[in-house]
Order: sequence, then structure tokens, then C-alpha cells
Amino acid sequence: MTKNILLAGVGGQGTILAGKLLTQGLLEAGYDVKMSEILGMSQRGGDVASQVRFGDKVDSPVIEKGGADIIVAFEKMEALRVLSFLKPGGRVVVNDYQMPSMPILMGDFDYPTEAIEEIRKHADTKVVPASEMAEKLGNGKVMNIVLLGTIIKSMGLQNIDWGRIVKENVKPAFVEINMKALKSGMDAVG
Amino acid sequence: MKVLWTGNEAVARGAYEAGAVYASAYPGTPSTEILENLATYPEILSEWAPNEKVALEAVIGASFAGGRAMASMKHVGLNVAADPLFTFAYTGVNGGAVIISADEPGQHSAQNEQDNRNYAKAAKLPMMEASDSQECLDMVKEAFELSEEFDIPVLFRMTTRLCHGKSVVTPGERREVGIKSFSKNPAKYVMVPGNAKVRRVDLEDRLSRLKEYSESCPWNRTEYHDSKSGVIASGPSYQYAKEVWGDRVSYLKLGFTNPLPDNLIRDFCSQMETIYIVEENDPYLEERVRMMGFECRGKDLFPRMGEMTPDVIRKALYGESLPSLEYDNSTVVGRPPTLCAGCPHRGFFYQLGKKKNVMISGDIGCYTLGFAKPYNAMDSTVCMGASFSMGHGAQQVFRKTDTGTRVVSVLGDSTFFHTGINSLMTVVYNQSNTVNVILDNRITAMTGHQENPGSGKNVKGEPAPIMDIEAIVKALGIKHVRTIDPNNLEEVSQTLDEFLALEEPSVIITRWPCALKKLSQQDLEEFEGAFTQKNVIDESLCIGCKKCIRCGCPALIFNKEKRKTSIDPLQCVGCDVCTQLCPTGAIQKGEL
Repeated sequence: MTKNILLAGVGGQGTILAGKLLTQGLLEAGYDVKMSEILGMSQRGGDVASQVRFGDKVDSPVIEKGGADIIVAFEKMEALRVLSFLKPGGRVVVNDYQMPSMPILMGDFDYPTEAIEEIRKHADTKVVPASEMAEKLGNGKVMNIVLLGTIIKSMGLQNIDWGRIVKENVKPAFVEINMKALKSGMDAVG
Repeated sequence: MKVLWTGNEAVARGAYEAGAVYASAYPGTPSTEILENLATYPEILSEWAPNEKVALEAVIGASFAGGRAMASMKHVGLNVAADPLFTFAYTGVNGGAVIISADEPGQHSAQNEQDNRNYAKAAKLPMMEASDSQECLDMVKEAFELSEEFDIPVLFRMTTRLCHGKSVVTPGERREVGIKSFSKNPAKYVMVPGNAKVRRVDLEDRLSRLKEYSESCPWNRTEYHDSKSGVIASGPSYQYAKEVWGDRVSYLKLGFTNPLPDNLIRDFCSQMETIYIVEENDPYLEERVRMMGFECRGKDLFPRMGEMTPDVIRKALYGESLPSLEYDNSTVVGRPPTLCAGCPHRGFFYQLGKKKNVMISGDIGCYTLGFAKPYNAMDSTVCMGASFSMGHGAQQVFRKTDTGTRVVSVLGDSTFFHTGINSLMTVVYNQSNTVNVILDNRITAMTGHQENPGSGKNVKGEPAPIMDIEAIVKALGIKHVRTIDPNNLEEVSQTLDEFLALEEPSVIITRWPCALKKLSQQDLEEFEGAFTQKNVIDESLCIGCKKCIRCGCPALIFNKEKRKTSIDPLQCVGCDVCTQLCPTGAIQKGEL
């Protein structure tokens, strides 16, 4: 049975690295894995999504609307944007963090402050202050690893040796903080 | 060992394993990473070319000299390279040659959605299409073999999902094939009409032998399941179809798609009651199937544009996609890409947008975002290098009117080297009085920071000669040239006014590095102190006038309750554009 994980965020938030570590772990665990990303203009502050699919044999590299077992949103409005991708009964993990887009900064629109309430009405929703947790650990950038931790726990992937995968992919000086971030993310979704 | 690779990584590996010794490319999403990956193999001499035509021509030369060589480009890049492409089919190769075309169904990062499979047919080239990363590797390896066996370059067509999608690959070893000897052979390599006519005949012979290959090659295969419904698909569309239908239909999976295997298609279709053709963009396969007399469901059912992802197929077939949540998404605000905080284009476009009775001829790059709010500072964008030439043509016509409209043409450093340099020649030669602006941010930014002839480094990051834009422009015959700091709003405005008053062509070079660039030693010396500070707001002085907000910087956040602006310290790099807009001096400099 193919499982589908959607990571949604804003260019520069680290969705790509989180997706890379995730897929590496899944590959080493023996799954067939496919991943799809759209690069390009998105790195200039646009919305980005990494789609990860794994199972015995995966065909399409893209997740359909209504196909994601879990959505992990790095930003609140992005969670609402991609909610239609969630499989009914699936889980949403949202970083409790808002980044206004340019039309909001210019004063043409308001930020949807009720985003989380709307999502809660429809899905099993875990709000995780990942950005804050990362800051407390000493580096706001490891927010993406906190969220990776929430995916691992939510999808029951704890048996994979994530410690080794983190060690192989981050600079030695950052291994400890990333490991702490990973654990705090796993703990945050209970 | 299994690895998870993008199609781009796998293509580069395929060229490596096939013994390729030379590669050339111009960056373009989604093909850019092919050359970047090729450059990681020391056996392959990899180079950024100033444009795709040059890249392909260099590859043709490498092939004639006896080396296996690869050119890679985005779909519109193949238009630029089309001239050598068509005749390369006539000459054929010495060392094997493979040309990658990375198409963009869905237009994720491109100005059009052309289907370059049509090039294979028009240029009479064998074509291959992979559906996942492993096939990218295997097919590229085979493409080099075919190229030499059939004496013809191979067109390898990819799409965005294939280029940037990752799937499992088992890499192999490199096979050293050496470099073939070159011997003079004008009948093959000198395409004067007398020789070309002979090669033209020979090309048909090569194509008919390739058709035989197409019928029996492993890339075109059938998968029969207990069904009288059959799907014909190539590239990623095959994976999408499998996702939707699984084993409920039979498949004819095509990987070698020019020339098409007519017998195989006929044999498959004659066993099916219903035939679906699943392909992105043009009805390339469908037209062939219909020409052979088979009724099929293709573009009557599936869209002619965009990606043929499973949800699209499902919707076309069953009228609906998978069940999904019904929710209120009316409050979701768009998140268009924006010029980054500290982007050197900001100050320039902020001022340019204020000039009256000016048509702004734009080009392809990050700076195309100058068209959007709040700048509204671009009136046309068509293709690479076109701003100067389109602006020239527009100015010549405006001169015939009494509107007094003036043209400012804008492009980036890499786009100038790409084809803008030719366009500037017509400006000089035919003397339009356009103001031509080269936004030199010291890198090819939009595709992810590739080096270019002006940046001082090659694809491997090694030192390279620097083309001096100011010297080039002067050598071409432009008399009015000025290099300015785009973050200095007054300098930008004054220079524009001054040059707009001229009756001769002029060039403004704005010179400041991209805020995301990893600065070189030379940059650090030239742009002393760049990006080492940030701007901060003294709230007691902020009167909430929002003048700073109007420069469109993502680091500036206006708090409606407090009626004050704040600056995101994580994004701000202290470019001072907002500082110059503040009427009360509330924005100051702080250490990063």
C-alpha cells in the first residue's frame, strides 16, 4: 500500500532538506520511494511543496488531491492552501508560524488568522510550535527537522536509524542540535 | 547500491557511464542540474556556454572530433539551438551525441509550453523518452550507443517531473570508450548543398533503419493484462496511467518515440476494443495512431495543456478526482514569487516604474518580477535577449508618432551574454535612441546561481576570464555608458532622466550582487561591506506612512494595529532602499 506525505511551505523554509532526509530513511528501510518537487521561481518567496510517496511499488511521483495520508505544513496559510490534498481521515501537522505573502504585506489582503480553526473542523490536526521549539534549541533553522520528527512519529517510522541519516547529511557541528530537534518533533505529536 | 536520484542526476550519470568526455549547456529550469551533475565527474569536460546554440555547436564539434558529448537545455533553449540541430541530423556524428530537451508541461517556470517531441519529427532525429530516473540512466547510455551505430544525434526528451522528481536508481560503472580518430571528410561534415543533398538521402536510410530498431527495442514494450482496453503512453504519463488504471488495462509503453514502431502499435491496437492515448501537450502519439486508422480516446477526452497527472486522468475519465475534504479556502491569499530582500533589482525597478511615457521592454530572469506590483515596471517579455531588440523595434515605430514615447529595455548580465549582445548590435547599427539597461547582479540568479562569462568562474567554480560588460558595450559603439549602484535611488533616477533625454542609444549597467550570491573574493573587495549590516526601525520616529512598504520588500512588515513598520531581521541585509524612502529618518543601520 503506497503512503503519501506532503510537505508544504514557503521557499527557503527547508522543506527540501526535510524531504531529502525522509526519503533517504525510507529508501534504506527497503521501500520503493518517489519524490516530486517543483523548483525554480518558488525559491523567490513562493509556495513550495515536496511530495513523498513510498510503498512496495510506487508508480506516479505526484500525490493527488485527496491522496495524502499526512500533510506537514511549515506555515499556517500553506496548510490551508493544500488541505484538499489530504485523504479524508488523514492527519495535518501545522507549524504554528505565519509568514505573510507579498499581497498581504502590501496591504491588499489580510492574513487568514483563522486558518487552523478551519483545518481543525475537517481533519485530525496537530499544531506544533516548531519554529519556537527550534529557536529554543538554539537555531531557528532546525524547524524543518522538528517537523521531520512529527512525520516520523505520525507515520510510525521510528524503527529507521534516523540518527545515522542525520549524521550523514548535516555538518558535524550541527548533528547534536538536529538530533534534539528530531526528538522534540517526535515527542510533540505524542 | 541503490540511490534516490532526480532524472537530471540520472541523465548525468548515464552520460558518465557511457564514456562521455564533453558536455555543454546553458542553464534553464528544469534542465540546469544536468550540467551541474556532469561537472562533478572529472572525466567529463563540462562547460556553461553563453547560450544553447553555442552549447550545441560546441557539442557538435566535440562529436566530430571523436568524443562522446552531451548538450542539455530547457525546451525553449532548443529553439535557440534549432539551427545547428536540423543540420546535425544530416552530418551525423563521429563520437556519439545526445541532446537533452527538458520540456515544461504545466509551465512551472517558462514562458510557453511547447512540445519538443515535434522537433524530433521535424529535424528527423531519433528520440527517447524516459518515465523514471532509472530509465533516464539506462536510456541515455543506450542513446550514445545508438548515436554511433546509426550515425545520428539522439534527442532525449524530458519533462519537469522527470527532471526534478526522484526515484530509485542503481548506478553502474563507467565504460571508457576512448576518443575516435578524426579524419577529414567534407562530404560528411561540410554541408554545402552538393554534400547536404547526399546526406539528406542518407538520412532517410538511417531513419528507416532506426524504425526497425524502434520495432524491436526494449524501450517500446507491451504489458498485457486481462482487458480489451489499452493505454498507449510515453514518459511520466505512463507512470500516471499506471497509478490510475493499475492492471485493469493493457499497456503499450513507448520509450523510443521517433521513429515510432508502427507494427508494434498496429499489433497492440488491433487487439484492443478501446484505446486511450495518455500524453502531455500535443497529440503526438495520437495523430500517428489515428493515421494508422485506429479510433482512440486522446485529446477529445484529456486536456491539451498542463500535466497529465493521475488526478487529471481520473477527472477526464470519471468526471471526478479522489474524494477530498470540502472546506473554506476563500481566505487563502496567493504567494507569488517576489524579489528577495536586498535584491539589487528593487531600487532600479522602484524608480523605473515612476517614469512617465516610457515603454519598458523586459526579458527573462528574476527581474521579470519587475512587471508585478508594486513596481509595474515591465510592459513586455517574450524570450531570452529580446528586450533590446524588441525595444529597438518599438522605439523606431514610436518615432513615427507624435507621442514622444521612449523605450527603456532591461535585461540581466547572463541574458546579455546569451543573445542580448546581438540585440544591442541592431540598436547601435540602426541607431534607435533606446535606453538599454543591463542589470548585472554578478551571477545567473533565477536558475539557482550558475556562473556565466561575466562572473569570473566556470561551472566547477574555478577562475575564468571575466568579460567586461562596459568594455564590450563601448566596443560595440555605444557612446553613452554608465555603471551605477542600483540601491542608490537618486543615482538611478537621475541617470534614467539624463539618458532618456539623449537622441542616441545608451547603456546603463547596474552593478550589485544578488543578495543570495555566495560572494567571491573579488566581490568582497568590490562590494565592500555588502550584506554585512541590516536596517532597523526606530519606532518612535515611524509615522506609519507606509512609504517604505511601497518598495515591495518582503522584510518590511506593517503592523496595522500599531500603525508602524517593522523589519524582519532574518531577511534584511541592509540594502538601504527603504531607508531612502523614509521621510522621518526612522530607518537606520544596525549590525547583522
